[in-house]
Amino acid sequence: MSLLDVEDVTKAFGRLVAVGGVTLRVEPGELRAIIGPNGAGKTTFFNLVSGFFPPSSGTIRFDGRDVGALGPAARVRLGIARTFQITEVFPELDVAENLRVAAESAAGLAFSLGRGAARRAGMDGEVDRLLATAGLADRRNRQVGELSHGDQRAVEIAMALALKPKLLMLDEPTAGMGDQETHDVARLIRRLHRDEGLTIVLIEHDMRVVFNLAQRIMVLAEGKTLAEGTPDEIAGNETVQAAYLGESA
Amino acid sequence: MSVKRDFAVGLFVWAALLTMPFWMPAIGGYTGLATRVVVMGLGAMALNLLLGYTGALSFGHATFFGLGAYGAAMTIRYLVPSTPLALLAGIAVAAAAGAAIGAMIVRRRGVYFAMSTIAFGQIFYFVAFRWSSVTGGDDGLTGWTRAPLSLGPLTLDIRGSETAFYYFALALFAAGVGAMAWILSTPFGRTLVAIRENERRARFLGLSIERHLWLSFVISSTLMGLAGGLYALLNNFVDPRTLRYDQSGEFVIMAVMGGMRSFWGPLLGAFIFVVVQDVVSSHTENWMSVIGLVFILVVLFFPRGLLGLLGRRAPA
Ligand SMILES: Nc1ncnc2c1ncn2[C@@H]1O[C@H](COP(=O)(O)OP(=O)(O)OP(=O)(O)O)[C@@H](O)[C@H]1O
Ligand SMILES: [Mg+2]
Repeated sequence: MSLLDVEDVTKAFGRLVAVGGVTLRVEPGELRAIIGPNGAGKTTFFNLVSGFFPPSSGTIRFDGRDVGALGPAARVRLGIARTFQITEVFPELDVAENLRVAAESAAGLAFSLGRGAARRAGMDGEVDRLLATAGLADRRNRQVGELSHGDQRAVEIAMALALKPKLLMLDEPTAGMGDQETHDVARLIRRLHRDEGLTIVLIEHDMRVVFNLAQRIMVLAEGKTLAEGTPDEIAGNETVQAAYLGESA
Repeated sequence: MSVKRDFAVGLFVWAALLTMPFWMPAIGGYTGLATRVVVMGLGAMALNLLLGYTGALSFGHATFFGLGAYGAAMTIRYLVPSTPLALLAGIAVAAAAGAAIGAMIVRRRGVYFAMSTIAFGQIFYFVAFRWSSVTGGDDGLTGWTRAPLSLGPLTLDIRGSETAFYYFALALFAAGVGAMAWILSTPFGRTLVAIRENERRARFLGLSIERHLWLSFVISSTLMGLAGGLYALLNNFVDPRTLRYDQSGEFVIMAVMGGMRSFWGPLLGAFIFVVVQDVVSSHTENWMSVIGLVFILVVLFFPRGLLGLLGRRAPA
């Protein structure tokens, strides 16, 4: 059974059809990339899967359940975690606090009015573990709003990991990064996929990252699936070449 | 470093509060004024749980202050001359109203949220204003006084002694503010700040934003009810102005002036507001313009409030 099973999903904003009948199945343990030109509907597709807004039509099944009518918080609890194209963090909190809020949410402690439950649930250790995973241990007490763009992205990914997701969705994780930062993020994604068996869907414009990481690629253009297949198939696909890869190369 | 500094600030604040009746005369005040500072300070800090920590613009929070005041006053006037029961009644009424109003408005955001809180406050104001047979109407509810407090064999004469009442109010202030500091140090409190910082991120961490806002609203209203009850007891009097939008605005001014991002900021704001009001109003009717001027200067030169520079943490 697919982990994520999106069937003929459509999202229209007034007369603009941002996503027009996209079907996608993601198997457990898969690392999938979504590419496509600006305005193709990639982020809108993420918003549909993560529950930002309901689809105009079509079904979204996750882990065997129809989640189309659920809000974002409910989908997080089922195991869908995401990051945003424009970094969304808690800028005035420090790095450890950002991760702690996420970890405590995942542990069901968000309404806890004592300190004991968080201690018993091992939240301190959990935060340390996340800091180490994201390579942020030496910045744990820095305010996130003061960090570099790349470090803020890393915080956001670590927050998503704190949710112990079954599916991690990353919207252009390397956007705006230099070569070194891009390399670091790509390595983190690969490690999460290989070593922790995490299922990952990422939107990405950097083709080196895409072709290095992804097992399968879906190409969107104007809200429709232009092509779908392995990196080799996509690289050899003439429609994709013409519509997208050609112009960006 | 920040922890040490928070500790030093806390120490200073408590030392100042514990000795306030003694030094208040030196700046032209009196014991009752010190009590007023503590009571308004509690109200401003309670409001700031929403304003500064949760990021919810409750601009009609005098609703719960006034309900606490009427709850306490009417309990003594009509039911039983007991100070503890009066305060409990005031707190209960404010908490119940906070729960009901909160449930109706937590889905609204920004200015819509703010307008809704003001609107509900005005409803209660008009009820208190019009229903004079019970509330005393515009003249206020008189004909009652706070009762001495009996603690087992001991009796604390909070009716006769202004000083005794000050320390009584300070003890309840400490309980309220202590509860707030505790809450802010728990996972729930951290979550409130996270919601203030980035509601979208919080929602996509699986948090139920509306339920958090609601609970924060109820806690804030409850503490506001305590402040209101103490205010009624302090004056042995209550009138509809305790419920009105301008009273709400005064709490907002205190919080903003003192610093919404700092735990003690609203208390400092309340201190300045209450003292300036008292000193200036003995010279001119126009005390509000002086407060307004102070407020503008603070906002211009200390955009984060007077204590804004001291940082953002609650004492843990
Ligand atoms: N909430 C919205 N309301 C109205 N129109 C929207 C909304 N979200 C997206 N759109 C429109 O839908 C289309 C697809 O946008 P989307 O953000 O999904 O593209 P994208 O593939 O992520 O592009 P990019 O690579 O630039 O991030 C665009 O024309 C966009 O303007
Ligand atoms: Mg996008």
